[in-house]
Amino acid sequence: MKLCITSEGKTLDSKVDPRFGRCQNFIFFDTDTGQFDAQENTNAQFQGGAGIQSGQLAVSKGVKAVLTGNVGPNAHQVLSAAGISIFTGVSGTVKEAIDGYKNGIYKPAAAPSVGSKFGMPKK
Amino acid sequence: MIISVASGKGGTGKTTVAVNLALSLNNVRFLDCDVEEPNAHIFLKPRMNGKKSATIPVPEVDEAKCTYCGKCREVCAYHAIAVLPESDSAKGNVLIFQHLCHGCGACRLLCPQGAIKEVNRAIGVIEIGDKDAIQFIHGRLNVGEAMSPPLIRQVKAYTNNTKTVIIDAPPGTSCPVITAVKGSDFCVLVTEPTPFGLNDLVSAIDVLKRLEIPFGVVINRSDLGDGNVDQFCQDNNIPVLLRIPFDKEIALLYSCGIPLVQKKTEYKEAFRMLFEEIKSNIVR
Repeated sequence: MKLCITSEGKTLDSKVDPRFGRCQNFIFFDTDTGQFDAQENTNAQFQGGAGIQSGQLAVSKGVKAVLTGNVGPNAHQVLSAAGISIFTGVSGTVKEAIDGYKNGIYKPAAAPSVGSKFGMPKK
Repeated sequence: MIISVASGKGGTGKTTVAVNLALSLNNVRFLDCDVEEPNAHIFLKPRMNGKKSATIPVPEVDEAKCTYCGKCREVCAYHAIAVLPESDSAKGNVLIFQHLCHGCGACRLLCPQGAIKEVNRAIGVIEIGDKDAIQFIHGRLNVGEAMSPPLIRQVKAYTNNTKTVIIDAPPGTSCPVITAVKGSDFCVLVTEPTPFGLNDLVSAIDVLKRLEIPFGVVINRSDLGDGNVDQFCQDNNIPVLLRIPFDKEIALLYSCGIPLVQKKTEYKEAFRMLFEEIKSNIVR
């Protein structure tokens, strides 16, 4: 099955990005093969709708679970509607996040962990 | 003629200038376009005699026709749509985030299945009234609405060519201000002689230059602060149309919701001269 981890960089040693919709990169990790691909998040620049379109990306990639720091209300709605499990409060490296998921240490987030515009660059 | 009253910085005296200008002239239509917090009615005290709902069109999907192709999502410039495709285990779903929708209609126009129609969503109200010979219109945006320009445009639809239209604009330099001042024959920029006043005046001037709207400056609380606003206007050949001093009586009247020109009638002449000055600046 496929995991989506928000990441600051493009490797498994990168740190987990604490934002979902406006994270720097997405890492799509296949737990069956151990293969992954990293993709820069072009939604991060959007004035609005970054969470929605990042959720859409996870849907179109066939992701079953998202591992990240925080998820806002719009992204939460898209991911939930698509039946994707959401795990927030994840930190450390991407590899640690994947191991943590496999060991079942995270609990699914039933509600958004932050409000709208959480990931917007601070002025 | 359309005269808008704007300012980069908030709280400089836009409404004071707009209201007192309106009360000093004949044949005025007053549009309060600061729809997020309209306050001109507090001073003009119009008798309201009309109210209508302001709406924007938002998409509604006919699921019987939708194939979940994702075209609507792709064309939405505001990223307000997510399309979840059909799968073996779940039926498809189109999620529309109405608060992000600007009502542009692209999704409806470009849907290959003709599955989208538009329904009206209320975003606020427009209230119409009069105060003696002044016709008064303002918009009030619903609390929680993110976008004011659609309502500002609906208030501006009341512009009337046979009258002197005075537009009280919102503060700042972003979309709501641009929407409010666009199409004006002249814009009065109200500022104060402080570093903040000057900084935000410079930004506001940038906006007006790009919109190619002639403008002049009113300096409020003109005997406070420093001389940098004056110097800036002088250096850049910007007309200073009026100076209003920092005066306890003016502040007191304001706090009671009484327009300046009603109690200090000498200002009526000053605002008429401001109007003459504006007219001469438009011709030039």
